Amino acid sequence: MTSSKRLYELLSSMRFAVSVLTVLGIASIIGTVLKQNEPYANYIIQFGQFWFDFFEMLGLYDVYHSAWFLLILIFLVVSTSLCIYRNTPLMLKELKAYRENATEKSLRAFSHQHEYAYAKNADEIRPLLTQFLVARGFRFRSVQQKDGSELIAAKAGSYQRLGYIFTHLAIVIICIGGLMDGNVPLKLQEFFGQKKVEVRDIPANQVPKVSRLSVKNLSFRANMTLPEGATADVAFQRVRDGYMVQELPFGIGLTDFRIEHYPTGQPKSFESDLVIYDPDLKAPFKHTISVNHPLIYKGIAIYQSDFQDGGSTLQFSAWNILGNEDKPKSISGAIFKKVPFDEGNAQYQLEFNDFRKFNILNLSPDGKGKPHNVGANVTFKVRDASGQANEYVNYMQPLQLDGKYYFVSGMRSSPQEEFKYLRIPADPDLQLQGFMRLKSVLFDKSLHAQIAHRFAEKALNSDAARAATQNKFETSVVQLLGVFADGGYAAIAKMIETSVPQDQREKAAQTYIKIMTSAAFEAYQMAQERAGIKSAQADEHTSSFLQDSLNAMSDLFYYGAPVYLELTKFEQREASGLQLTRSPGKNLVYLGSVLLVLGIFSMIYIRERRIWLLLKPTSKTVLFAMSANRKNRDFEMEFERYQSQLNNLLES
Amino acid sequence: MMKTQKIVNSNDEPQPFLKQLSVVDWLYAFALMAAAAFAFSKYSQFMDIYETTFLFGAGITFSLLGWFWKSMRYLVPSVAVISLFSISLYQGDLELANQAFLLKYLIGSQTAIMWMNVLFVLSALTYWFALFKRSAFTAKVATTLVWSAVLMGFVGLMVRWYESYLIAPDVGHIPLSNLYEVFILFCLITSLMYLYYEHRYETKQLGGFVMLVVSAAVGFILWYTFSRHANGIQPLVPALQSYWMKIHVPANFVGYGAFSLAAMVASAYLLSNKGVMTASLPSLEVLDDLMYKAISVGFAFFTIATILGAVWAAEAWGGYWSWDAKETWALIVWLNYAAWLHLRLVKGLRGPMLAWWALIGLLVTSFAFLGVNMFLSGLHSYGTL
Ligand code: HEM
Repeated sequence: MTSSKRLYELLSSMRFAVSVLTVLGIASIIGTVLKQNEPYANYIIQFGQFWFDFFEMLGLYDVYHSAWFLLILIFLVVSTSLCIYRNTPLMLKELKAYRENATEKSLRAFSHQHEYAYAKNADEIRPLLTQFLVARGFRFRSVQQKDGSELIAAKAGSYQRLGYIFTHLAIVIICIGGLMDGNVPLKLQEFFGQKKVEVRDIPANQVPKVSRLSVKNLSFRANMTLPEGATADVAFQRVRDGYMVQELPFGIGLTDFRIEHYPTGQPKSFESDLVIYDPDLKAPFKHTISVNHPLIYKGIAIYQSDFQDGGSTLQFSAWNILGNEDKPKSISGAIFKKVPFDEGNAQYQLEFNDFRKFNILNLSPDGKGKPHNVGANVTFKVRDASGQANEYVNYMQPLQLDGKYYFVSGMRSSPQEEFKYLRIPADPDLQLQGFMRLKSVLFDKSLHAQIAHRFAEKALNSDAARAATQNKFETSVVQLLGVFADGGYAAIAKMIETSVPQDQREKAAQTYIKIMTSAAFEAYQMAQERAGIKSAQADEHTSSFLQDSLNAMSDLFYYGAPVYLELTKFEQREASGLQLTRSPGKNLVYLGSVLLVLGIFSMIYIRERRIWLLLKPTSKTVLFAMSANRKNRDFEMEFERYQSQLNNLLES
Repeated sequence: MMKTQKIVNSNDEPQPFLKQLSVVDWLYAFALMAAAAFAFSKYSQFMDIYETTFLFGAGITFSLLGWFWKSMRYLVPSVAVISLFSISLYQGDLELANQAFLLKYLIGSQTAIMWMNVLFVLSALTYWFALFKRSAFTAKVATTLVWSAVLMGFVGLMVRWYESYLIAPDVGHIPLSNLYEVFILFCLITSLMYLYYEHRYETKQLGGFVMLVVSAAVGFILWYTFSRHANGIQPLVPALQSYWMKIHVPANFVGYGAFSLAAMVASAYLLSNKGVMTASLPSLEVLDDLMYKAISVGFAFFTIATILGAVWAAEAWGGYWSWDAKETWALIVWLNYAAWLHLRLVKGLRGPMLAWWALIGLLVTSFAFLGVNMFLSGLHSYGTL
């Protein structure tokens, strides 16, 4: 046997097919375990440089488009095709043949056969037999044998054989359709250096020819992000760690993007009002797409795939947090914009990354309560002169946390970290001012003496006590306030460690905290007076506000930014994420699918059976033989049934 | 000639299908179509072409089902009547579910489902008892328990469907949208298939095995209900608001159900093959045949489901195949059983090897069904754990 013949034998063999199926299955698992098409940076963090390179070499970050995976698919196509090529003639032959030339000898060799003797005469028997067959859905052909006997060869369910052809043809068709829509053409162009992946982050119109795919590109799956009011006529195809620019035969404009919500707050629908600008059209036309309702124009399907901010404009009050001013500066910015500003004598840069108008959060302590909308938040970075940046997420409205209202700001210094949250208590009229005024007094050392004095006036009620201890008392309070102003509770803790013996620290800490809260109360009153607001009374609301404030101030020292940005006004501008696909293979795939279903059902539910009845007038006997290409229980039962039925028929 | 004719007809000649139908069959079908027509006449102004098609499609489908499998002629109307009765008790007010006695303790959505759970577990125990005691009567009781569980389950789903509209008209949707709901569907479909084969093969000895997976699913439902409180009705995320869901999901679960059934039969096969309980179980031939039947039905429906999924994905996500985790695992399951069928049909392989394979197939299937939602991320992000 020549080697090419042997290769053909192998490829078209069932063993090979099943192995390919298994390999394909296992290969597909990889892509589901390892998250695909992530930004490469994430993989490097996850695996480290060495393994990252290794896995990239294996194409594990986009398994299903890697060369070796395509190779498996191609093997599948080849093997299945050869299999069809090899078996189809047989199948068709089986489909047509009646096997009317079977010999008596061979029939007697059947595992399923029985011989009957009959009393009536042959031409009475013959119609009985043919009718018996027809009634059970068998088609037959009969031939006279030389010895005067007659062989009736019958069959039913031959179309099962078509099932084989359909299923396997379907596989081939589906795979071919899939490969057409896959990125094989692109891969080839890359391989021959005609196309190159763009990795730089540059405007679409500056992307060079080698990284652009022309309008003629047969099949693609690309994305575009359209801000409201913008138009575009190119989309982007992600390829590994870069992208290609896909040119479109028409322009797409977005007039409005809408999210509707259920009463419960979950999103109900995403809709984009699109305008299509096509030189071939007299006038542009409008069309609204939504999830599950794409627009298909010129063979390109446009889907609603996701959404993001499209550059909302924002107004902030920037509160200095460690200094003693109590008035904010106002700053304006926009998402994707970088805004320079200087605080004290240092330069900073604000980078606004995302704005969310709705945030469905579940703030109930036990997490059992209903999630609800807590209003807008903004995500931004504060970058200092040395290029170091922290990321922040600030909520516009105060959030209600265990019964009290706080302005919340999350902070982290790298994307891997969780946000750490600063909670600034809202003042009685739910504003930030209250806290900021208090802070500006407490952090203003020139006022500490005054605070201490007022405090002393109250604390030491008897004249005797005053005379004795007032100065000493006030200086210690001033000292304590000073320490706090330099580093919050942490600094005080450090002071205790250095100056107080082990066993008294606990007690000292408590006293200091008591003193701080009472001092803070005085400071608060001063702040109120300075602002010309009626003074607060000493109830538990005020004291819990003061405690929260002191904690918040202590945290300010770790906030990492010189200002707190309070979002005051916004004008939202959304962007709709569209996916554009052209998949000529789709119809092939659907055709294949129909074939597949037809094929499988006919394979499973049509059972091919054959019956031979050898009518021998000479010996007045009928030889009944039966066979099927699948000998299963149904067949056995059918045989027994027919056997007894023929018995009634003939021997009655 | 005439004489022979008569002989032939008096003989056991098979009748064409329609001739075999009894008056009851016709009445049943007529009643269903009448009901559909009535619903249409009453609500047609609210229905679009799809819903109309679904309505009458359902009428026809269930008529045929009842014709091919007579027991359906009792199940379908009972579900309809009880569900309607339960719905009438709500009087359009969700709160009544926890107040009206019948709703609170019998046929309210959640309650009915709880009854389903209980009855399924009971049936499993009863089947095993019957198997060891070799008691035909006990086995009959078990079968009745399964039927009533199925009845309760379907009532529960139907009423849940109605409840979803009570929450808010735009929240309303068919209860096939999260893990809790599809697990109920799984229990129901698996048990129905089992009941069908129990009737076809005239053996009640496999009930214990099949009801084992169902009970496992019940366990999950209970855990999901009590420790995760995930039994609430959630509105549909935009991607799931599609008619495809109504056929894609059930088709899938016919697949899952059949594969699980096959796996349990396989375990019975392996035990019997090792000489355990051989005497009280059906013959190996029967088990082997049942296993094949189940897997091929499962394979057929799973194929359809996957294709429907692709068509749907083409609409919702912009590509008929995105290699997302769920899709890929569906493919893996499919390939697995394709290989199984090849070995059995082409190579004529039989015996323990295939049984083991079918059993392991269950692991693969359950991963595709559950594991993906638990461990992997993807576009199919309904019902995460
Ligand atoms: C992805 C690849 C393939 C798939 C999904 C597939 C699927 C199937 C299915 C579903 C059946 C019907 C089983 C049943 O009756 O339920 C079948 C039968 C069969 N397959 Fe494949 N097949 C594939 C490749 C191949 C290859 C490469 C061969 C080459 C030898 C092959 C040979 C056969 C044969 C001979 C039968 C039995 C036909 C009969 O006896 O009626 N298959 N296949």
